[in-house]
Amino acid sequence: MIRVVRNVRLWFAPEAVREEGSTPDYRFSLANERTFLAWLRTALALIGGGFAVDQFLPDLPRPWRVGLALALLAAGVVCALRAVDHWVRCERAMRRGEDLPASRFPAVLSLVIAVVAVAMVVVVLAGWAG
Amino acid sequence: MSGARGPGAGATDGGDDGEGAGRPRDAESHQDPGQHQEPSPPRDPGLQPERTRLAWRRTTLSGTVAAVLAVRTALHDGATPAGLAVGALCCACWLGLVLLAGARTRRLGSSAVPPALAPRAAAAAALCTVALAVGAAALVM
Repeated sequence: MIRVVRNVRLWFAPEAVREEGSTPDYRFSLANERTFLAWLRTALALIGGGFAVDQFLPDLPRPWRVGLALALLAAGVVCALRAVDHWVRCERAMRRGEDLPASRFPAVLSLVIAVVAVAMVVVVLAGWAG
Repeated sequence: MSGARGPGAGATDGGDDGEGAGRPRDAESHQDPGQHQEPSPPRDPGLQPERTRLAWRRTTLSGTVAAVLAVRTALHDGATPAGLAVGALCCACWLGLVLLAGARTRRLGSSAVPPALAPRAAAAAALCTVALAVGAAALVM
């Protein structure tokens, strides 16, 4: 938790990142930036999915609809915040010449999306049958 | 980075005949293996700035889809003032993303060795996304 708070401070202090280590090849920085943007797109897609569940499944009972939509939106929020955090950590690791940080977030996100997808299939099939 | 002065630096530094400016790029890459006096590549063969620019473009497109869905949700079951306000917030987030992308795209094109993304810009882009999600949650509930 303390690590996260320290990283949040780094988000808004570009000088603090630049003080450490040496500037890596700009191509590595740009690759890191593109990875960050890809995670941001994932977050935006999850948010769009939340809207879509709310808008395009009108026959769903309201608790299910709102619950699924909020689950997707929450996943989008976590994904966006984690995108910056991971970007800052990768940038710092590259400056220090350390290994890039390992992360179990992709696995966790995949599991969450799988659970939401299964829930959606069940809900849609149940609505279809009943 | 000796040959890094501007977008056209690759053409002028890489080709010895001095007429490389208007040539297709593969003409240069055929010459590259024979040039031993050039320690740094005259241009980036991976087109990293272009790819990064396109990544920003894709991101703003994703944001546009989310913002359009937000406006649709806000207007769907009768436009209430609160719903419209949240819809406007979502549009502001979208605008923030587009402006950030525009500023970053210009910086990427401004020099041959583009500066790294500022943490503040990254945080701002992520916060726009988070605010969009918060607005979405308010609209959905």
